[in-house]
Amino acid sequence: MARIIVVTSGKGGVGKTTTSAAIAMGLAKKGHKTAVIDFDVGLRNLDLILGCERRVVYDFVNVINGEATLNQALIKDKRCDKLFVLPASQTRDKDALTLEGVGKVLNELKKTFKYIVCDSPAGIERGAHLAMYFADDAFVVTNPEVSSVRDSDRMLGILASKSQRAENSEKPIKEYLLLTRYNPARVKLGEMLSVDDVQDILSLHLLGVIPESQAVLNASNSGTPVILDEQSDAGQAYSDIVDRYLGEDKPHRFIDEEKKGLFGRLFRS
Amino acid sequence: MPNQSSSLTLPAFEFKSSVITVPVLNIYTTDINHFSLQLREKVKQAADFFKNSSVLIDLQNVQDQELNLPLLIDAIHNVEILPIGIRGGSEAQQQSARKIQLPIFSIPRASAETAPVEKTPEPAPPIANTNQSNEEPQNNTINTLITQPVRSGQRIYAKGDLVITSHVSAGAEVMAEGNIHIYGSLRGRALAGILGDEESRIFCTDLQAELISIAGNYRISEDIEDSYKKIPVQIYLDKQALIIKNT
Repeated sequence: MARIIVVTSGKGGVGKTTTSAAIAMGLAKKGHKTAVIDFDVGLRNLDLILGCERRVVYDFVNVINGEATLNQALIKDKRCDKLFVLPASQTRDKDALTLEGVGKVLNELKKTFKYIVCDSPAGIERGAHLAMYFADDAFVVTNPEVSSVRDSDRMLGILASKSQRAENSEKPIKEYLLLTRYNPARVKLGEMLSVDDVQDILSLHLLGVIPESQAVLNASNSGTPVILDEQSDAGQAYSDIVDRYLGEDKPHRFIDEEKKGLFGRLFRS
Repeated sequence: MPNQSSSLTLPAFEFKSSVITVPVLNIYTTDINHFSLQLREKVKQAADFFKNSSVLIDLQNVQDQELNLPLLIDAIHNVEILPIGIRGGSEAQQQSARKIQLPIFSIPRASAETAPVEKTPEPAPPIANTNQSNEEPQNNTINTLITQPVRSGQRIYAKGDLVITSHVSAGAEVMAEGNIHIYGSLRGRALAGILGDEESRIFCTDLQAELISIAGNYRISEDIEDSYKKIPVQIYLDKQALIIKNT
């Protein structure tokens, strides 16, 4: 049975698209046929992060309007043949998406894909609502910072009340917390909320912590999902998250400040 | 030919049953002058609120006495309130209501309970509830239980008491006509006794609220002493003053 995952946050700039790209690639790498959809119509970004921006012919809105078939619009990733991208339209806005149209596309995808990752736009308006409406699981991406936490909280309220599952009184959407741009050193100095602080406010199952990392920016710039950078801390953190989501029991990492050993001190400082 | 097409013509009317809420005016005296004077005083306090509002007259407390009903109705009309019927009252009183074409409503079960015998501090004539032997406790039993966190931006309204076994986030709002119990952190707003019940209270195991209010008497976060934060408390009204007490 296919599962629809929405990557959402409420607030912008917290790492939804980075996370969507990394998670989708991670699931595909594990051998699951995965589609990732950019719901940010008008502000198309996912194709850049995945490095397929030059191969976009048709997009999500074309498919909804019946101007192209799903197969024509899906872009197969060059690094992993299990990953497919459905890009957003850059020339339209979020009103081009309809509930009926989105539902139809997702149903079609469910026939052949194992996981469908929906990259939600920021905000709580139409685009974000449609991205989460059909979801089975929600990855709530949050930065350790008060406004991001509050917006996530708001989003969780919407997930609990305005999804298809909520409206049909089915089992609610399964919610997971992903804490991104985490900096243990700054947490220690009291400049940033700790994992416990965030957990206290959101009381949500923590799927993983992604440390603030230069690797993320480098990955975005080069169009490679950061999860493929196996040397980087962020890449490893995303790998852990995919493993945990698939049911593996992996201890949390990157929460505490890394202790530098003698060699570390000698070579890194 | 009209009988043939009668099934096709549009219905001119339809009888339907519907439930509405109407204020009840409990009568405690048969002295119309005294009544009229007090009523006028009361209405003066909120003229807009009472103007042309409908009211059901409850005669249960004066059913053993002589009452000039038409005069009572006139006194009510004089302050621009519209009586829509009576309930209770003696046979003679009901007869006189029929004469002036005022509908007679039946007395709901346990209605004596809603009489302000217990609630108002004023010594209302404590008429014995003779025919209400099966008096039930508080009949506003539409209590609400919430087991999920109340998230930022969500609003909960409970007609009776509200019990929350999770936390209330900042930016969330929980309201109840009765008491509010929160077994978790209260970081949002909690408003108890929202229809003016000054006896209602807020109970909370971890108070970090943005705002707390009982029957419209409120306090914002800034005015809540830090010593009360993050400990179990109850909040109640004492002579219009909001009291927070460690439980």
